[in-house]
Amino acid sequence: MKFRTLLTAAAVIAFPFVPAMQANAADKFVFTAIPDQDESQLRKRFDKVAKYLSTTLSTKVEYVPVKSYSAAVTAFRNNQVQLAWFGGLSGVRARGLVKGSKAIAQGKADPNFETYFIANASTGLTLSKEFPKEIAGKTFTFGSKGSTSGRLMPEFHIRKAFGKVPQQVFSRVGFSGNHSRTVALVQSGAYEVGATNFKVWKKGLKNGTIDPKKVRVIWKTPGYPDYNWSIRGDVDKAFGPGFAQKVQSALISMNDPDLLSSFPRASFIPAQNSDYAPIKDTAKKLGLID
Amino acid sequence: MIARREPSPLARTTTGFLFVAIVCWIFADIAISTSDPWREFGLLLKGIVTPDFYATNSLGLALAYTLAFALLGVALANIFGFGLALIFHSRTVRVGCAFIRSIHELFWALIFLQMFGLSPLTGVLAIAIPYAGIIAKVYAEILEEADQRPLSAVPVGAGRASTFLFVRLPDAWAHFRNYSMYRLECGLRSSAVLGFIGLPTLGFHLETAFKEGYYSEVSALLIMFYLVIATMRIWMKKPLLPVYLIGAVIVLPWGVAFSLSNIIRFLTEDIIPYPLRAGGENMMSAFGDWLSLLLLDQALPGMVATIQLTMIALVATGLLTLVFFPLISPLLLGRAARTGGHTFLVIVRSTPEYILAFVLLNLWGPSMLPAIVALSLHNAAIIGHLIGRYTETIRLRIDAAKGANRYFYEVLPRVYRPMLALLFYRWEIILRETAILGILGIATLGFYVDSAFADLRFDRALLLILVTAMLNICVDSISRSIRSRLRLQTTLEQR
Repeated sequence: MKFRTLLTAAAVIAFPFVPAMQANAADKFVFTAIPDQDESQLRKRFDKVAKYLSTTLSTKVEYVPVKSYSAAVTAFRNNQVQLAWFGGLSGVRARGLVKGSKAIAQGKADPNFETYFIANASTGLTLSKEFPKEIAGKTFTFGSKGSTSGRLMPEFHIRKAFGKVPQQVFSRVGFSGNHSRTVALVQSGAYEVGATNFKVWKKGLKNGTIDPKKVRVIWKTPGYPDYNWSIRGDVDKAFGPGFAQKVQSALISMNDPDLLSSFPRASFIPAQNSDYAPIKDTAKKLGLID
Repeated sequence: MIARREPSPLARTTTGFLFVAIVCWIFADIAISTSDPWREFGLLLKGIVTPDFYATNSLGLALAYTLAFALLGVALANIFGFGLALIFHSRTVRVGCAFIRSIHELFWALIFLQMFGLSPLTGVLAIAIPYAGIIAKVYAEILEEADQRPLSAVPVGAGRASTFLFVRLPDAWAHFRNYSMYRLECGLRSSAVLGFIGLPTLGFHLETAFKEGYYSEVSALLIMFYLVIATMRIWMKKPLLPVYLIGAVIVLPWGVAFSLSNIIRFLTEDIIPYPLRAGGENMMSAFGDWLSLLLLDQALPGMVATIQLTMIALVATGLLTLVFFPLISPLLLGRAARTGGHTFLVIVRSTPEYILAFVLLNLWGPSMLPAIVALSLHNAAIIGHLIGRYTETIRLRIDAAKGANRYFYEVLPRVYRPMLALLFYRWEIILRETAILGILGIATLGFYVDSAFADLRFDRALLLILVTAMLNICVDSISRSIRSRLRLQTTLEQR
């Protein structure tokens, strides 16, 4: 009797693995996005985009949420998603892992993206033109470990200014996880200084989630290329010839302000892999990619 | 001159560990770095008393997934663990089991995420594999310690299979069943925590809600979780098990496909050290650099922090246990007070230490303090519960002292040995958790493992995971030798 229960259980458990081993037919087009801000809103934001793409492409389009930047890259690499809204660095990583994949679109602001260094008001620091060397010895938080605007670029400028790694410059270094959280942590004083994506900062100011009396911008980095939509090279084979092209034009012709505000971008423009060469070089220099 | 008495081995061991913990404490980073921790704590408390069950999208589904991963994972672990327990006398099996259980389920999940992506297989295997290693060991011990008397009644000529089935198994079966229930409870905790790295369980929403400060949602998620665990003995009935297992299989989204080529690529390319993969003329010297960077800059500081945190947490657990066990001891407290004590201990030990640490980190900022408090609270609640129950079997003289004298001179000396046994038994468990807390940002080994995964450098991640596993196996063997030297024993019910 007891063994029979065990046997039933074994059979039941083994059963689903058989069909799961077979690769997914191209019945639906799946995309993801790096969880860079307001994680609880991700599904709400991107389900709308999925709906838009479904209608425009006349294909079933689905959004899958992920918990980390690297999970987005892995899903893209393993063909569990065919399209993704990446940051500069995660895009470079993903395209390096998937032969034939390409960046097809970017936000209007992305060729000239900025990182803001922000500080809690208690530090007394204010906006400066030069890199604020006074931040040495304070507590500092990046965003996600895999972020371009929250990790790569700020770390690059910190190393350039001090000739040392951040762990030697600051009394404590943290990784908040995402940009809105960086702002919240510096605003609450959990960290004295942080680095965040300028788009997220501006959105927070507009929404009123940022209190300018408690946290302020102290330095703005020079511009660099950042976010991008990247698509796998094999989509034309799976979804019909010219599919990548169709996705690109669907993204670029997106003009509903409600949709665009969820990124937040004014509009999308074409992009190509070579646009992100500076990011790749910087990441190599910092030893973040081999 | 009065001859000084040799201190007992128990006292020597205790002082030794206290000393090590104090040294670790001196060098530990235990600052509270948030400027206004109590404001956040106030918000959290307000959220806890105003749970919002409608805030989470598809809360029911998250709950169903949490149950499904735990049920399937523990069921598979039982099948494999039972099989392995039968051949546990083989050295290869013993070492293999020690190895797979030395890697935490979160690390397993991070590895499987690369191979199977977000397929349910990732969650099920992440629980099943380390649990199979644990279950094999415990079941083998149960079979070994089972009542030997029925064996003498076996007629000459009885086959080995029937002797096993009809003589040895029936006695051990009740122990297996009890232990499986406990494993299922652990499985539920693990399943919830897997959500923190992206599987669609309660932890997925819990992490988001916490990060964004939606404490009413946090409260609702935690209440659901406690309810499931607290009512486990009611809904987990043997005849219903097949129903649950089939339900678990049906509810999981198997549609997420993965391909064999991904798995092969991971095993044959991704985990090969980068310099070896890249090849070239200076391959061996590049490999040397790679190895020294990883071992000296990451594994070494990670190990130091892991051991430091483990030793402090272990001793803190011991101290807290001394406070916790009286809360449910009939020798020391009345019935009403004990009910409160039971409730407190149940809540504290049902909360995964990972979640507890996460909460405290949010309140106090990143230092070792949140980890120390979380680990010692959780473990002291478990040991306190077991020791408290143990005191129920102690019969005191009718004229025994009362109050503090009773605690120090009657109860404590009687429970100290079993308490140390349990503490050393959980030493390795605390170490496993310590390493994993690195994912939350404390610079233990898990921090470097998580960073390697974030950089998609699976070769580095795997080496660091192996270092963590070796550390675990070392501590496990030290703990075993201390326990056998001091003749400290844990009973079957306490594992």
